[in-house]
Amino acid sequence: MRTIPTLSVESELKSTRTFSHVMGVIIRDPLSLASTIVILLFILIAIFANQIAPYPAEGTGKTNVDNAMLAPSPGHILGADRLGRDMLSRVIMGARPALIVPFGVVLFAILIGAPLGAIAGYKGGWVDNVIMRTTDLFLAFPSLLLAMAIAFALGRGLQNAAIALIVSWWPWYTRLARGVTLSLKERYFVEAARSIGVRDSVIIIRHILPNIISPILVQATIDLGTVILSMGGLAFLGLGTQPPGADWGLMVSEGRSYILNQWWISSFAGLAIFIVVLAFNLLGDTLRDIFDPRQYK
Amino acid sequence: MTTQLVEIQSISKHFRLPGGWISGKPRFVSALEDVSMEIAVGEVFGLVGESGCGKTTLGRIILHLIEPTSGKVLFDGIDLTTQKGASLRSLRKQLQVVFQNPLSSLSPRLKVEQIVAEPLVTHHTLPRNQMQKRVIELLEQVGLGKQHLDRFPHEMSGGQCQRVAVARALALDPKLIILDEPTSSLDVSVQAQIINLLEDLKNLHGLTYLFISHDLNIVQHISDRIGVMYLGKLVELGTSENIFDKPLHPYTKALFGAIPLAVVDRRRELSILEGNVPSPVNPPSGCRFHTRCHLVQDICKNDPPEFRQLEPGRFVACHFVSKSDL
Amino acid sequence: MTTLLEVKDLFLEFKTSQGILKALNGITFDVNSGEVFGLVGETGCGKSVTGLSILRLLPRSASIRRGEVIFNGVDLLKISRDEIESVRGSKIAMIFQDPSSSLNPVFTIGSQIERVVRQHMSVTRKEAAEQTKEVLSAVGLPDVKRIMDSYPHELSGGMQQRVMIAMALSCKPLLLIADEPTTSLDVTIQAQILKLLRNLQKNFNVSVILITHNLGVIAQTCDHLAVLYGGRVAESGPTETIFDQAQHPYTNGLMNAIPRPGGRGRKMATIPGTVPSNPGALTGCAFAKRCKFAFDRCVVEPPPLYRVDENHHVACFLVENRSK
Repeated sequence: MRTIPTLSVESELKSTRTFSHVMGVIIRDPLSLASTIVILLFILIAIFANQIAPYPAEGTGKTNVDNAMLAPSPGHILGADRLGRDMLSRVIMGARPALIVPFGVVLFAILIGAPLGAIAGYKGGWVDNVIMRTTDLFLAFPSLLLAMAIAFALGRGLQNAAIALIVSWWPWYTRLARGVTLSLKERYFVEAARSIGVRDSVIIIRHILPNIISPILVQATIDLGTVILSMGGLAFLGLGTQPPGADWGLMVSEGRSYILNQWWISSFAGLAIFIVVLAFNLLGDTLRDIFDPRQYK
Repeated sequence: MTTQLVEIQSISKHFRLPGGWISGKPRFVSALEDVSMEIAVGEVFGLVGESGCGKTTLGRIILHLIEPTSGKVLFDGIDLTTQKGASLRSLRKQLQVVFQNPLSSLSPRLKVEQIVAEPLVTHHTLPRNQMQKRVIELLEQVGLGKQHLDRFPHEMSGGQCQRVAVARALALDPKLIILDEPTSSLDVSVQAQIINLLEDLKNLHGLTYLFISHDLNIVQHISDRIGVMYLGKLVELGTSENIFDKPLHPYTKALFGAIPLAVVDRRRELSILEGNVPSPVNPPSGCRFHTRCHLVQDICKNDPPEFRQLEPGRFVACHFVSKSDL
Repeated sequence: MTTLLEVKDLFLEFKTSQGILKALNGITFDVNSGEVFGLVGETGCGKSVTGLSILRLLPRSASIRRGEVIFNGVDLLKISRDEIESVRGSKIAMIFQDPSSSLNPVFTIGSQIERVVRQHMSVTRKEAAEQTKEVLSAVGLPDVKRIMDSYPHELSGGMQQRVMIAMALSCKPLLLIADEPTTSLDVTIQAQILKLLRNLQKNFNVSVILITHNLGVIAQTCDHLAVLYGGRVAESGPTETIFDQAQHPYTNGLMNAIPRPGGRGRKMATIPGTVPSNPGALTGCAFAKRCKFAFDRCVVEPPPLYRVDENHHVACFLVENRSK
């Protein structure tokens, strides 16, 4: 039996899309680095809220009427709201619903939307039609009306607001996943898998889904910011977290009548929303720059 | 048990173009028209032609990745076009493919081990604990080793990726491997390595190859017989030596005359074939090559020439070529 | 035969996320007026980058460390941004591999070429249209009027490349740099384009630098050539000389690795190993690791370009004794 000589050449090509490479790019760009740090900071605040907040009980609603409308001062550096609750504690406690719930919303929207989009894109034909027309239906629904309808049916609250947002959001991921799948479908490695005899369902799971993660991740990062804003908006309208819970959107709403004089009641929560959303947007932009240009070679 | 591993009988493939609702006349791309040929066990059959000739489409039809509009493909006597489901999947084990762009024919997020093992996993040919051993064996056959198991495609060179693709194609001990432009995107020095590897493997395993390429020099080197295609039709077929020494069809002559050779011969002018390849949506009537042929007569515009056998194994489709030209 | 372009000792680096990539490590060659000069090599040898460097069409991550590019007596690397922009298109033009991505899909062919003409020459619209018609028919396009009103996607690959050549010639440059102009074209169309390029010097008095990896194309079309490896010139000289008596082991290896008629049944000669991805980081000759004649000195110092004949240069210690 003839042996075929082995190559002993070491490849010098390095990956450009590994985690370490991505982190490298992020660290080198000041804005992305700042955004990442801010996000991590807020995540830490959310996790350790109970330990960090100076008046945790007030943060979640215990009133302290003696301090009502207290301006920023020592002991209460961000002031107190109309019921005397410490603003700093409220903002810190509000980080939880502000960060954790949107992650959940985006995650579920992806879990529902992406596989549907991949199936629609890969299978084509009537499957594609059925899925995409359903998607169109959901997209046409104004999310606010949907949120109100769900609140009416299931009651108001943070959880139901989240459900409403998941239901409004998943179609976007379906569209995105379908678009990427359509271009992936024509690539040789998919044809190779078909020629080996791999079943369609396995092709979608093994070959398509892992390769649509990048654009979805980019979109998800940017969407996080938008979801936070939407949740804030819903809370503002009374459809999200109910008082006396701490929620940035709710806090902005609670302070809106006092904007001119006791500005601190709305502003710090509003500022927190602004900073976190900006951070997610900037990070998302950087991720897009890393992934997109090389995506469709 | 026949000696013809693959028999292609009058295969035609038309792709429907979108639209045409208003005029009522749908438009078709005539990618293949009445193509018939055979591939014998153990041979290397080279299929050449330029863009739009249909060679890649024919490859995909043999692999049953697309269905022909009409005609049959017999593989080892079995009509592939009628197979479905489990029996089709089982047949697939014997028919494998290596594609052109090595980097894009390997799934970007899978490691080499998973890529090469995929055929084994799909057909449950081995218990899990023996798979890695088999994968390493396959990698060694193509000149790689177990240090490559954990690599991703983008961490390897084009030549290495192509070797992985070949290893994957060998995994199920196929009878036929279709090589669709396997060396086109590789450097010259790597190309030679891969060609040698393919020849060694063929001799080692008794494989049959369908080698599709537009690079005539490579095809001539590796093939036993060659088929020349133009705009969806086979125009000439014969042994590698015959076709190269004495091309008969005007298109074949023009094709060979147009290859720039790596030899300085100031007297050799490249033969210039004027004009462009006509669109396959509305192929020329009669002989499809008549719009660019210097021998064109009226008969060419009206009558498609028959793919005639001039002597055993030698076929040409031209009104003006006969046995006396051999 | 005057010297039109002299590239001397060009060194170029790229700053990448994985470090410095030394792409060009001392490129030297001359192009004479009235000739087709070939730059040939495999992936990563630096041939495309060299072409881009002549016109300073490099991304920001690239920096030229050393060297001169002397065109008509002027060092193109040292002139200002405005000056190099006026050279581009009018004195030196460039065409690329994929014509469909070089042409703007939303403008007609005619308008694109006219725009180029009016950019570099002060002529009226009517005169620009006339010149456009002239140059389009000079590159062998039939039915010029129809072509001028067509959009790029309505033309075949070969016709698009002719349009690109026409656009490049519209301002009557002295030098045309063609980077893999026929690689994505069919063989029969390639033959048409190569004939066109070969005739350009006769009909337009334009010299051509033809960049390609295909030795057959070089043999057919070029008068002189330079073989590049690892960002350096391995061998350069007249086409006949190089094809008949190549001296550099890499050139020989390349020639042997090409499939030739009559080679059936025999193993193809290969060059073991692969092209280095960061050749500038190596000490010594970039080819030493793959060379069967390599000896100790090869790994330590890079060989200079020895002159073995009138115009024939070889960068290899093996010829040191024969050099003049």
